[in-house]
Amino acid sequence: MSIDAQTARKIARLAHIKIPPDELTAVAEDLSKIVEWVGQLDEVKADGVEPLANVNDKSLGWREQDVVTDGGKAKAILANAPSRTADYFTVPKVVE
Amino acid sequence: MTKLTDLTVTEALSGLDQKEFSSLELTQSHVAAAEKGQTETNAFITTTFDQAIEAAKASDARRSAGDAAAIDGIPIAMKDLYCTKGVRTTAASKILENFVPPYESTVSQNLLDAGCITLGKANLDEFAMGSANVTSAYGSVTSPWSGPEPSKAARKLIPGGSSGGSAAAVAGRFAMAATGTDTGGSIRYPSSVTGIVGLKPTYGRCSRYGIIAYASSLDQAGPMARSVDDVALMLREMAGYDPKDSTSMEIDVPDYTTALGKSIKDLKIGVPREYRLEGLPKETESFWDRGAEMLRNAGAEIIDISLPHTKYALPTYYIIAPAEASSNLARYDGVRFGYRCAGETLDEMYENTRGIGFGAEVRRRILMGTYVLSAGYYDAYYLKAQKVRRLIRQDFDEAFKKCDVILTPTATGTAFRIGEQEDDPIQMYLNDVFTITLNLAGLPGISVPIGLCADGLPLGLQMIGRPFDETTLLSVASALEKETAFDGRPPFVI
Repeated sequence: MSIDAQTARKIARLAHIKIPPDELTAVAEDLSKIVEWVGQLDEVKADGVEPLANVNDKSLGWREQDVVTDGGKAKAILANAPSRTADYFTVPKVVE
Repeated sequence: MTKLTDLTVTEALSGLDQKEFSSLELTQSHVAAAEKGQTETNAFITTTFDQAIEAAKASDARRSAGDAAAIDGIPIAMKDLYCTKGVRTTAASKILENFVPPYESTVSQNLLDAGCITLGKANLDEFAMGSANVTSAYGSVTSPWSGPEPSKAARKLIPGGSSGGSAAAVAGRFAMAATGTDTGGSIRYPSSVTGIVGLKPTYGRCSRYGIIAYASSLDQAGPMARSVDDVALMLREMAGYDPKDSTSMEIDVPDYTTALGKSIKDLKIGVPREYRLEGLPKETESFWDRGAEMLRNAGAEIIDISLPHTKYALPTYYIIAPAEASSNLARYDGVRFGYRCAGETLDEMYENTRGIGFGAEVRRRILMGTYVLSAGYYDAYYLKAQKVRRLIRQDFDEAFKKCDVILTPTATGTAFRIGEQEDDPIQMYLNDVFTITLNLAGLPGISVPIGLCADGLPLGLQMIGRPFDETTLLSVASALEKETAFDGRPPFVI
């Protein structure tokens, strides 16, 4: 198994996804199978090949003018907030 | 007279112009069909019938005043991945169960501007991750197809995914057309298994602005309908440069309808030998050969081509797509919108929210993506996959020096039962083996029904075009459609 329960726990932490401790082994097995399956790319010789991120090789243009074109929509933006106070999103206390 | 729900978009537009019926009548008949269809298929997550009726009245008023837009008054289904202003948009996820976008996606706005009427938000796999429409938090979609024999009428088949609700609504005759999105085959696979036409445009042809992201370098919007003419019409309205999407291309959108019925004489159609997979059902192979024969009859030359890196497309995709998904879906944290599950600390709140808010397949892909991007593994997996991705694109570049369009099956076979393949993710991923290569290479592709298999279910063939040459692609698709004269109807609507 290429991924053990401890690694699965670490990945889940990085991804901010809670996984109950008794499910970690199953998750690790599941991920291992996929990781081993994608491992077949090892057969491909690709040294010196330029990685492809954007198929159209489009380079982004420079912004012509740096001006504000949008804004003043606090109400619309906050309308979907699960929790808010005045014009702020609220979260559990971060600093003691 | 033909039932209004049996018309194609092209036929309906002519009927509206000739005042044979109004958009209100057209929309009402589709609403009535959709109410029944919804019970049978669960094709919609949210229906907007009342707004549709009002919009139909407004469309009729525009037409009376001589102000009708290009596809004015046509009732369609909108995949619930497109943000629609004031209408709940869920991506089929619990994490967005109460999300009402304050803005409209560019493509859905383009369709509104063209006069389209939205019947509702079509069901899909959660965040478009799936090929059977079984991962939706709002229930699976059932295909309107079940096979011809009465003994099989109770079979519940998948409509394909991820755009399964869109496919079911169009095949079931309760939407004239639909929007889909395609990251690895999510328009073409459902089109193949439900006997409709679906087109994935070239990457950059349609704006992604306001379409909930899955894997941004692969995602592309496209139309689904019951004829090649209709998808050409829809694409013309959906496509175009958008300053709000930096990957949309600033090039002209041709009038695709001029490509229809054009002679394909002297065009070269490539048939890639690597797609003759071991274990490919004989029936699929013989339909593929028959399709090539039909195009030859229509005047095209069929040639053998090679796409040597084909077998590496699936594993390449299942590194790149989850990697991009893990990054895109980081935004769902329960702070600014969507579902929140309380926690003692901020981190605990994030973890609870995402642990409960995401379904199993989405969780699997986020974890997979997090792993391949994590320190120490990035080069071995993500960078390697990007290199192989270029080799796959180069295969196509080489092939297109010899041919104009490529012909392949869309899928290995017909629809399977709901519940099958669910235990083995890799088995499920294999459904996209013929479609996924195009997303990696950014190419346009279309699935057109070729016929009914022995099990009474439809199968599609896929045609692949050069980048931004949807026009030639549509000419060939239109020629094949004419040759097949496919008239299969799901038993549900008969």
